[in-house]
Amino acid sequence: MSHSVVSARSRCLDWAFAIAGGGAAVGTLGTLAWIIWDLIRLGISGITWNFLTGEVESAGRGGGIGPVVVSTLLILGCCLVVAVPAGMGCAVWLSEYVQRGSRLSRAISGGVDLLASVPSIVFGLFGMTFFSQVLGLGFSILSGGLTLACMILPILVRTTLSALGNLPSDLRSGAAALGLSRITALQKVLLPAAMPGVLVGIALGVGRALSETAALVFTSGYSTRWPASLGESGRSLSVHIYDLAMNIPNGSSNASATALVLLILIFVINLTATGVADLWMRRLSATE
Amino acid sequence: MSRSSTDRFFGLILGGVAIFSGGLVLLIVGFLILGSFPILESGRLANLFTDETWRPGSDRDPQFGILPMLVASFLVTLLAIGIAAPLGVASSVFHHFYLSEQLRRWNRRMLELLAGVPSVVFGFWGLTVIVPAVNRIEPPGQSLLAAALVLGLMIVPTVALTSQAALGAIPNYQLLAAAGLGLGRGQTILNIALPASRNGIMGGILLAIARAVGETMAVVMVCGNIPEMPSSLFDPVRPVTATIALEMGYASSTHQALLFAAGLLLVLATGAIVGWLPFRRNENESAVG
Repeated sequence: MSHSVVSARSRCLDWAFAIAGGGAAVGTLGTLAWIIWDLIRLGISGITWNFLTGEVESAGRGGGIGPVVVSTLLILGCCLVVAVPAGMGCAVWLSEYVQRGSRLSRAISGGVDLLASVPSIVFGLFGMTFFSQVLGLGFSILSGGLTLACMILPILVRTTLSALGNLPSDLRSGAAALGLSRITALQKVLLPAAMPGVLVGIALGVGRALSETAALVFTSGYSTRWPASLGESGRSLSVHIYDLAMNIPNGSSNASATALVLLILIFVINLTATGVADLWMRRLSATE
Repeated sequence: MSRSSTDRFFGLILGGVAIFSGGLVLLIVGFLILGSFPILESGRLANLFTDETWRPGSDRDPQFGILPMLVASFLVTLLAIGIAAPLGVASSVFHHFYLSEQLRRWNRRMLELLAGVPSVVFGFWGLTVIVPAVNRIEPPGQSLLAAALVLGLMIVPTVALTSQAALGAIPNYQLLAAAGLGLGRGQTILNIALPASRNGIMGGILLAIARAVGETMAVVMVCGNIPEMPSSLFDPVRPVTATIALEMGYASSTHQALLFAAGLLLVLATGAIVGWLPFRRNENESAVG
């Protein structure tokens, strides 16, 4: 076996991986480009100020998405008001109050991990029976928001937990040396330091909540009127896209425009979050 | 004194929140069991697998055959992961061994964007692009193949991002040793990197499978929604998730209980997949240590 044969074969293998891998990488990102290109092509002409703020007319074929935008924001608001404190509280308790590795803390993290694996349609079933029927909220923005809160809770717990876990240990010993109580140490030292990580988690949660459709169809419902209260039904942007594409003949041009609006919203939130995370990681590694 | 009592007070509140968060999944499963009780009670559970057709709402002759839907879920998931796993793993190998630091950051960021595209947008895109393309090969277009393609592309980022992390976690000395032995890039990938990161990559594939099994919106818009056993790739199908989404709005009594039972089945399936992950991870760690 001569050396040149081995190295020729080895070089072939190098190229094989380069071509297969490069093809896969380009293909994957190509899909993203293709989706964005299609939505821009089909949707950009539909996006005007009147479209963003106008009434929904003839079941969505005409008019705008004003009430849908407002409902979406209200659903998101309900969701965050519940999910952010609950998720942060759970993470703070797991990280600062209970002994790590104890049976209770493992049971709780296991439960949160399992919650993350529950399919969104099942959250829809749960929200419909628990919030809409048992608690009597009906098809309402509140019911949809609470359902989404359950869904994004694991994201917030995980990100807050890892943000607290990544803090330099001098912060904790420093706070203890100053004689701060646990709650003061959290309030003045640990949570402010972990804030960028928590904000990234919130952004991820917002992205997930804005994307969600299946959990909202049976909880916040289909109404296209301007929502007057949290007890009323109101459809989100995602539900609007689904309804226009599936149930409304000739609805696809407004569906494209709405999809483009949603995609832009999510991309902006996503890029901001990863930007903040990058900055924070760099600063953390600089201080160590 | 008062300081420690406020501490204890907050501790209690936070503990309550934490126990609620951890127990929420039990509450959800409890509601599903409660909701599916009528069908367990009626003693017609076996009909789910013996009935030929799906007509659960019919008064005179209700038929509960759920098998075509289970088969549809299974096939769509299998085909989707068959698309996503090779694409995702190959792209992560390229990412790790062929790209510069700068390009890697861009590739990861773009993959994260793709992962963030809402499933309803994927479904809509599938409906306007993939379905007509499949229709040109063989009508009607809304089919097993279309659902698998859309879902497959959707879960590629899950596989790719977790595989990247797994490849990045390989201890550097192994790669240095490979270089010291004069192994080429391809040989290092094939003989060192892929075997060493096998567990992490498998974990990513399992996560992607769990996501595919539970996905509703991207599938319901392109699969055709006919609850019959498919005989070819071009036949319309209806997976379990799509059935729940389409029928929950009007289902009542036994029919509704059936949909809850279907939801329970989904949670058990995804829970089993994801619950299995930590054990794999532990194995991995003990193998390294």
